[in-house]
Amino acid sequence: MVDVRYDIAFKLYPYKKVPAQDRPAERHPVVIVGGGPIGMATALDLGRKGTSVLVLDDHEGVGQGSRAICFAKRTLEIADRLGAGHAMLDKGVVWNVGKVFHGEKRVFEFNLQPQAGHQFPAFINLQQPYFEKFLVDEIRVAQAEGAPIEIRGQNLVTAMSDHGDHVALDIDTPDGAYQLEADWLIACDGARSPLRDMMGLSFDGRVFEDNFLIADVKMKAAFPTERWFWFEPPFKNSGQSALLHKQPDDVWRIDFQLGWDIDRKAELDPEKIRSRVDAMLGEGAEYELEWTSIYTFQCRRMQKFRHGSVLFAGDSAHQVSPFGARGANSGVQDADNLAWKLDLVIKGLAPESLLDSYSEERAHGADENILNSTRATDFLTPKSETSQIFRNAVLDLAGEHAFARPLVNSGRLSVPCVYDDMPLNGTDSLDGPEITRVGASCVDAPLDQGFLLNHLSGQFTVIAINTQAPDLQDVDGVALSLVSLDTKQHDPSGALQQRYLGEETQAVYLIRPDQHVAARWPSAEEADVRAAVLKAIGRGA
Amino acid sequence: MNLNLEANIVDPDGFYDELLEAHQHLDKAESDAFNARLILVLCNHIGDREVLAEALAAAAQRDA
Ligand SMILES: Cc1cc2nc3c(=O)[nH]c(=O)nc-3n(C[C@H](O)[C@H](O)[C@H](O)COP(=O)(O)OP(=O)(O)OC[C@H]3O[C@@H](n4cnc5c(N)ncnc54)[C@H](O)[C@@H]3O)c2cc1C
Repeated sequence: MVDVRYDIAFKLYPYKKVPAQDRPAERHPVVIVGGGPIGMATALDLGRKGTSVLVLDDHEGVGQGSRAICFAKRTLEIADRLGAGHAMLDKGVVWNVGKVFHGEKRVFEFNLQPQAGHQFPAFINLQQPYFEKFLVDEIRVAQAEGAPIEIRGQNLVTAMSDHGDHVALDIDTPDGAYQLEADWLIACDGARSPLRDMMGLSFDGRVFEDNFLIADVKMKAAFPTERWFWFEPPFKNSGQSALLHKQPDDVWRIDFQLGWDIDRKAELDPEKIRSRVDAMLGEGAEYELEWTSIYTFQCRRMQKFRHGSVLFAGDSAHQVSPFGARGANSGVQDADNLAWKLDLVIKGLAPESLLDSYSEERAHGADENILNSTRATDFLTPKSETSQIFRNAVLDLAGEHAFARPLVNSGRLSVPCVYDDMPLNGTDSLDGPEITRVGASCVDAPLDQGFLLNHLSGQFTVIAINTQAPDLQDVDGVALSLVSLDTKQHDPSGALQQRYLGEETQAVYLIRPDQHVAARWPSAEEADVRAAVLKAIGRGA
Repeated sequence: MNLNLEANIVDPDGFYDELLEAHQHLDKAESDAFNARLILVLCNHIGDREVLAEALAAAAQRDA
């Protein structure tokens, strides 16, 4: 029996019996448990590299509940590398203006003017089911092109045993149980991760004593496409804070902070929800409730994301509060970081220890996200009388005085993490811009044709700007491509100069498959590039 | 830059008067809010994170 735990928005991978169910356990190179956004992104990345991957999910498609709505630029860039970025951008709602209210008073507004010279905006709003659907759509495209990806719906993993060099899984299906084995197992099974529990691993952190009510409502309303956030909202029964934010299809996300001691069931009564929403939107507002939910949250992570041949990615490895939209956004960076490393290990081109750098780099990212999301939460829900007094003092001052506005924290939106001082980092001998230092993810730049990131398509790449670089086909089997750019010819906007050279006249960059900078020099010899590639695949001296 | 813990206020008695004066017609809650705003205004004026950290440390210390 496979229980249906949630309603399906898009039935994308209906259950189909496969011959393996009647055979002794078959061995797979990679099995991913969980077909949420992180599992699907990882599968697509691995499959596109030619590594065969099987996704098991206990449902037949994407869950109904929207959950994530804010997707950041870096996520869209990663999705674009995987082929799904433009579908997301086309469907998504782009917004720039945010308004912050305290009670009746508008404290200030901000305008996140999109930075010129980027293919993708700072973020879009898009219902999570669409985000997941576009990934699966792209998996179908990749499969048609021969990518070895398989998805099995209604395949519930009920037990696992770790045999050191592989794991064995028990799987339940509508036709009964079967077994299979995997050289590598990626646990993308969400915040409650059954695999984490089966392995007896801890997931420690801080629980926040608060409940948030989400009402996604569908309405034709004249509200502008802006993010409105209220501290101590003026409308009746709206709790400590409230949020109104637009999504595609005329759907609006409304969020009320309800406090800790609530009667969940009573609060979820549609009548009660409607009375809150009416108070916010004004009597007589016409809308339908699309999706409602009450959530509480934690900020926590696993100590290590790799346990032998089991790798944890996404919510199974780390969980943050929704303020700052760092959940799915950071999980997609996990996928981006993990796929190329696992691919090289499976192909025998990199040592297994490369996977420890996945854990180290992404745990560093998780810490950054947890720190930011904890701080936002502490501002939103002051934990003591004194912190409440300071919080309100900031809000009182922010209306009049510019200095107080940066202190207002209703969530710092997700930005990619920089892998500063990490073991895979190579030489940084260029006196170049901070934003493209070794460890950072490449900042996009418009070229005379297309964008820079379009040239960084999932393998190691050398970018030579205004200079020659050694044209190596590969380093000990690890493929390498070369992009030669001349700012006089390829950089009409000057963005490449500003973002990659600064005051310098020329540079050579080595870029990892996940578009992070591995090393950079004013100029580089073959030996420099070779050493940096080896370092970046965990074979450094 | 270091936190200045030497006497630096011009006309100390006058300043002290003014500080108390500002609170005179406030109840406890209003006074607390006033103090919080004042701290934030002053901290912003200082700006330097090291000096602020030293100030927090100095304020945490008191004679037993
Ligand atoms: C209210 C709310 C708002 C949010 N807003 C944002 C936002 O704006 N931006 C953002 O980036 N993030 C946001 N998040 C976080 C985001 O939703 C999660 O980070 C994201 O869904 C994590 O993806 P995942 O793939 O790791 O896990 P999940 O999406 O949880 O997917 C796990 C999958 O594993 C399957 N599974 C579980 N157990 C098994 C098993 N035993 N066998 C087989 N399959 C199994 C599940 O059915 C599911 O399909 C929000 C979260 C909430 C709750």
